[in-house]
Amino acid sequence: MIKIGFKSKWMLIMIVSLLAAFVVAGCGGGTPDPGADNQQPGEEPAIKGTLTTAGSTSVQPLSEEFAQAFMAKYPGTNVMVQGGGSSQGVKAANEGIADFGASSRNLKDEEKAYGLTEVVVCLDGIAVVVHPENSFIEDLSIEDVRKVFAGDITNWKDLGGPDSRIMAVTREAGSGTRGAFEEMIMKDAKISDAAIVQPSNGGIHQAVAGDKNAIGYLSMGYLDDKVKTIKIDGVEASVDNIKAGTYKVSRPFIFMYKGEASPLLQAFTDFCLSAEGQAIVAKHYITVN
Amino acid sequence: MGDAVRRRIEWLIEKSLLLSAIVGTLIVMLIAVFTFLEGFPFLAKYGITSFITGKVWDPAYGEFGILSMIIGTFYVTIGALIIGVPIAVACAIFLAEMAPQPLARLFRPIIELLAGIPTVVYGFFGLIVIVGFIKSHFDVPGFSILAASIMLAIMILPTVINISEDAIRAVPKQYKEGSLALGATHWQTIRYVILPGARSGLISAIFLGMGRAIGETMAVIMVAGNTALIPTSMLDPVRTLTINIALEMGYAYGDHSSSLFATGIVLFVLIICLNALVTRLKRRVTE
Repeated sequence: MIKIGFKSKWMLIMIVSLLAAFVVAGCGGGTPDPGADNQQPGEEPAIKGTLTTAGSTSVQPLSEEFAQAFMAKYPGTNVMVQGGGSSQGVKAANEGIADFGASSRNLKDEEKAYGLTEVVVCLDGIAVVVHPENSFIEDLSIEDVRKVFAGDITNWKDLGGPDSRIMAVTREAGSGTRGAFEEMIMKDAKISDAAIVQPSNGGIHQAVAGDKNAIGYLSMGYLDDKVKTIKIDGVEASVDNIKAGTYKVSRPFIFMYKGEASPLLQAFTDFCLSAEGQAIVAKHYITVN
Repeated sequence: MGDAVRRRIEWLIEKSLLLSAIVGTLIVMLIAVFTFLEGFPFLAKYGITSFITGKVWDPAYGEFGILSMIIGTFYVTIGALIIGVPIAVACAIFLAEMAPQPLARLFRPIIELLAGIPTVVYGFFGLIVIVGFIKSHFDVPGFSILAASIMLAIMILPTVINISEDAIRAVPKQYKEGSLALGATHWQTIRYVILPGARSGLISAIFLGMGRAIGETMAVIMVAGNTALIPTSMLDPVRTLTINIALEMGYAYGDHSSSLFATGIVLFVLIICLNALVTRLKRRVTE
């Protein structure tokens, strides 16, 4: 009898602690962040507190690297990076949902009307890529690229290649890279429904590297020798050409905020544009001077 | 330990078990309520009929038709069942009726291992091997219903095999002995006695496999091509309902986001209908 009592007591303890764990986990969201008040006294006017940002998922990895380095440099600060997409970023900055928004494309005219302060932290090129064994295409005009993705050209022979179908690979609706590609290449034309859709830059890279008939577009950070980058209107997709403005298919990564920047936000944007911040940029993207 | 104390402990245990059961049920309810709350206003605004029967999916231009995805979901799932179920049932018959013990002991853990492989790994396998195979044998991109169906067929094998085998083993021994005593061969016994005796369990097995095939997302996204067009052949790319949600959730906001929840509602209703169908079918079969 005592043995049974002993066993059930253990079971009881287990069940109760499990339930307690659920309850604690459920309440976790409400606890204030302890990191926010941990500021150690320094000589400088105190830079501390929490910054939140939302917006483009293309900018997100870069923002996170900025945030890591910034928080390491200024203990007591906390930068929280969220995604949502460029349009969300603009909205968040305008409505004060986040301290600053992030966009991977130029603001549209109606967005410019909000009067947000824009800080361009880097440039990114979008490269049109084909399979490395595709030897007949070196150079395409913007018009041809547009026709291929609109589904008006579906065979490589129309572009001077062999008689084989073209497999166009695109990003999903709402993607910032797709948005920038549409804005700069497609203009008013629509990307064909028949194009294969991949959910990420990595997916496009994989699909193009695996099919001799494929064509796709990638953020420059993803280029390597498994895909072949083609020239657009005779201009190569390179850091120098983007800086010089001759390679047109590029886009800025923008941080934007409404009104006056708080000392903390000012310190953050200063940090992004400093030599230290731009060294982070240079790892994958194109620095701004 | 006194009786009163023990009774209190009993009471506590009973109530905690009850609480756990309530938590489990409540979570299902919460998910349902949440999905409906998010998606329903959109359905009301856009119109259920135009949502379900619309052929064009283009959120940027305010077009939200998911007919191509409903059709795609059916094609992919039925394809997976056509390829996977015969193999799985045959395998279950072999394991339950024919395989010598040592061989069955070797096979069973390997099949169970199949269930433990993460779905992205299946997806990667599908992308490289299955898509690659289709690409090299037909003049198509390879991302297709066929690729998704073959991959899902492999993924549902462990579920269907395990439950089918249990069902076959659960057929009373006397049936088999009686059949053999009447002079039927082993195969005749399996065909005319054991399989009909196990059919209720076999139906459960097939529908559980079907549930898995409909719900699978990550692996399918990698091999299906994800175009929102009504497919006209097994080699056409396809987008299923689950793919649509997972593919576009990251960037969607406003109506686009609500339309994905509405896609979830359609999926939810579809699965409830399927479950109801299975229950009725099983009752019919056992009566």
